[in-house]
Amino acid sequence: MPEAWVRIRGLRFTRGEQVIFDGIDMDIPRGLLTAIMGPSGTGKTTLLRLIGGQLRADAGSVEVAGQNVAALRSVELYRLRKRMGMLFQNGALLTDLSVFENVAFPLREHTRLPERMIRDLVLMKLHVVGLRGARELMPAQLSGGMARRVALARAIALDPQMVLFDEPFTGQDPISLGVLVGLLRSLTDALSLTSVVVSHDVQESLSIADYVYVISEGRVVEHGTPEALRRSTSPWVQQFLQGQSDGPVPFHYPAPDYRTDLLADGP
Amino acid sequence: MMGLLQRLGATTLGVTERIGRGHLFLLHVLGGFPGLLPRFGLVMKQIYASGVLSLLIIAVSGLFVGMVLALQGYNTLVDFGATESLGVVVSLSLVRELGPVVGALLFAGRAGSALTAEIGLMKATEQLSAMEMMAVDPLHRVVAPRLLGGIIAMPLLAAIFSAVGIIGGYFVAVGLLGVDEGAFWSQMQAKVDLFDDVANGVIKSVVFGFVVTWIAVFEGYDAVPTSEGVSRATTRTVVHASLAVLGLDFILTALMFGDD
Repeated sequence: MPEAWVRIRGLRFTRGEQVIFDGIDMDIPRGLLTAIMGPSGTGKTTLLRLIGGQLRADAGSVEVAGQNVAALRSVELYRLRKRMGMLFQNGALLTDLSVFENVAFPLREHTRLPERMIRDLVLMKLHVVGLRGARELMPAQLSGGMARRVALARAIALDPQMVLFDEPFTGQDPISLGVLVGLLRSLTDALSLTSVVVSHDVQESLSIADYVYVISEGRVVEHGTPEALRRSTSPWVQQFLQGQSDGPVPFHYPAPDYRTDLLADGP
Repeated sequence: MMGLLQRLGATTLGVTERIGRGHLFLLHVLGGFPGLLPRFGLVMKQIYASGVLSLLIIAVSGLFVGMVLALQGYNTLVDFGATESLGVVVSLSLVRELGPVVGALLFAGRAGSALTAEIGLMKATEQLSAMEMMAVDPLHRVVAPRLLGGIIAMPLLAAIFSAVGIIGGYFVAVGLLGVDEGAFWSQMQAKVDLFDDVANGVIKSVVFGFVVTWIAVFEGYDAVPTSEGVSRATTRTVVHASLAVLGLDFILTALMFGDD
């Protein structure tokens, strides 16, 4: 196992009364694709924001490339972020810029490359995600899946060492999904990228991940290689992997008795 | 009684904390001003969005305000046989007060609300977060050009408001009410002072432009990132900016013209 590029120790994070993470430990190995899985609302996106330094933990530490993210000054944090890319769940494209300009944005902000070279780089990144022909379109003209692919091209524009992918597979048609799954794997291998994929798409994530963490209710429930996870005897993990409705994980948000609730007054 | 005191205390603390946050926000944004010099195109884009796109409402309002001023002024001055001074009344009212103040109120309604909604929606759609993750400071890249653009656009809009208003006043005074054209312009030339009147009006409009745009961008940046939150922030911008303009106008007028 390669050395850890991201090292999380005793991470505790709360939002109001709600405990999102309750002392979790994680090692995200360098140059591999790590999937972080778990049911909706378990704080997977929050974890990416903690790694990216957009949120501060209540306790514990998040180290990226040997640097404690919470202790960094803003200049140092921005320097670290130049080595990271992040694909947001909804794409988060800049709506006043075209597809081309969105991908060119980090290049224009952080490099002094000539326009000709920026053009070539942008077209290469857009070609990778299959949207070179959509360069003139505005974000409002894209479907959700296309917007996320443009965001992926933007996330890798500066050839970062690590990319955080927040639900990259959601909303993709079957062809795009297949291409995207392969792309994440090949990008990780070709660029020796440290990829962190947050997803609840079990089959897609397991098919490309080198290592998997499953989290729920603020804790790491299981971790290991995809094969080890499939062999896991934990009923929780098996319910999640098989997508079964019966098991230790309840489908319903905690609520009073159904019959009593229907007969009661009030909201 | 205790509940009332608690609510009062909580509100006071909340307001004080928000004012402090607004000032820290401003300091951070002002830190981005030097970086705008080599990329002044970003500011030009905002001058277009805040200034040029507000031209129609400013010009039309200025025209009608000038026309009404001439009508009202004539009714008063005619009793004293001083209708030749109508040009002075119209121009001084516009240059000293109505150009900067009404211009700023319209600016808050037109450009300020648009700025708040734009930045609030950028926050709600994670565009600002995406910039942060791309190691680009949104306060320097998004907010600073908008603030500087507003500060530059507002005096220009106030000047256009006053100029169009004077033309409106001229049409009514000379064309409709029969005031002597020579007297209308010559009295205006003689009585309106470049420094005491025009420069003070420009200072007012710069201050109003700064305050209105500061409130607008802060409200957008501080908005709760939901459609309801952005809507509330937009309303707050118009209300707070309008009150700030009227309050500051009194203070500035007292400082500038108080000892006349």
